[in-house]
Amino acid sequence: MSSDTSSAKAIGDVEGVSLYDVDNPAPYIEAPRKRTGKTPRSTRGNFEMAAWLFMRLSGIVLVVLVIGHLLIQLVLDGGVSKIGFAFVAGRWASPFWQVWDLLMLWLAMLHGANGLRTVINDYAERANTRLWLKGLLYTATVFTILLGTLVIFTFDPNIR
Amino acid sequence: MATPTLLKKEEAGSADSPYITVTFRIRRFNPEVSDQAEWQDFQIEIDPKERVLDGLHKIKWNLDGTLTFRRSCAHGICGSDAMRINGKNRLACKTLIKDINPEKPITVEAIKGLTVMKDLVVDMEPFFQAYRDVMPFLVTKGNEPTRERLQSAEDRERFDDTTKCILCAACTSSCPVFWNDGQYFGPAAIVNAHRFIFDSRDEAGEQRLEILNDKDGVWRCRTTFNCTDACPRGIEVTKAIQEVKRALITRRF
Repeated sequence: MSSDTSSAKAIGDVEGVSLYDVDNPAPYIEAPRKRTGKTPRSTRGNFEMAAWLFMRLSGIVLVVLVIGHLLIQLVLDGGVSKIGFAFVAGRWASPFWQVWDLLMLWLAMLHGANGLRTVINDYAERANTRLWLKGLLYTATVFTILLGTLVIFTFDPNIR
Repeated sequence: MATPTLLKKEEAGSADSPYITVTFRIRRFNPEVSDQAEWQDFQIEIDPKERVLDGLHKIKWNLDGTLTFRRSCAHGICGSDAMRINGKNRLACKTLIKDINPEKPITVEAIKGLTVMKDLVVDMEPFFQAYRDVMPFLVTKGNEPTRERLQSAEDRERFDDTTKCILCAACTSSCPVFWNDGQYFGPAAIVNAHRFIFDSRDEAGEQRLEILNDKDGVWRCRTTFNCTDACPRGIEVTKAIQEVKRALITRRF
């Protein structure tokens, strides 16, 4: 929004040379991404509803998982100083903690990725920008999820 | 005998005149002159108990006839004169000067997110397209009854709030999602879908829900409550949108 203010006649300067006149009006200031005839009919499906529901449900589960995780890792039993290879190896010896960490990894990554997807959809105006940003986002998400899953499943406590 | 009384009145009038000087700062755009919009100030004498629309009339009738804006009934029913006054979407005909701090310049601009045609007039077509898309009319099956379609008071109460909409576009053009992406149906269309979805006499609720389940339907609502704040009729717009979301979810599960 420009804030230049003129109490003098701002519009319709008769003497001034204007690019525009009655026969040659300036283009309208278009709203971004207007609904036009070329707009593709969006696909009917439940993906958006599923994504919306997933955000709510995963959010609730994540509150428990993440606060539990932070308590165990950083607060209880000596705090952050106790964390080492042995500590992680000891926890991942139990399937319970393996499932806990796996669940946290998947839910947090998908929750965050879906949140960023909506942010990109809301704020990136040009179709190309949206495409590239979302491509980058999905690549990073898939990579992180796969790497994390691989580590949790193939963790070897006797590694040298 | 009449003359002294008249004089007296005039003296009293000049002593405590209700008129104050108010600056209107209006966002002007004329595509026949420039491709840029700019702010223009107007000083007018106005009674603080008058409305912003009266100020715009004074400017158009006495100062600058080229000022362009829409208004029809001028009493908050037709919904023609929604505009952005001091940064908030309101009806010019329902906003009193005294309520919006006349000490400072009053900024008036076109509602956002729609194409500006001239000064305060915008192209409402995308707004009405979204409205038409949700089928804002009664849909029923079978033969037309010979009597009126009866409805209990409770069933009527269910969608009473959303029947108040006057299609002024104050809500839709205050929605940040709509500003960025005109593909979004917008609050007004969802409100008018809600009016029929929750009407016990209507039989196309399922179809309307299907339309609003779209990628650009209710799931794009971020519950910022801008629409509820902007509504000049006091409709709880965000609540209506959330009720449509709930209906969509409970319908499936």
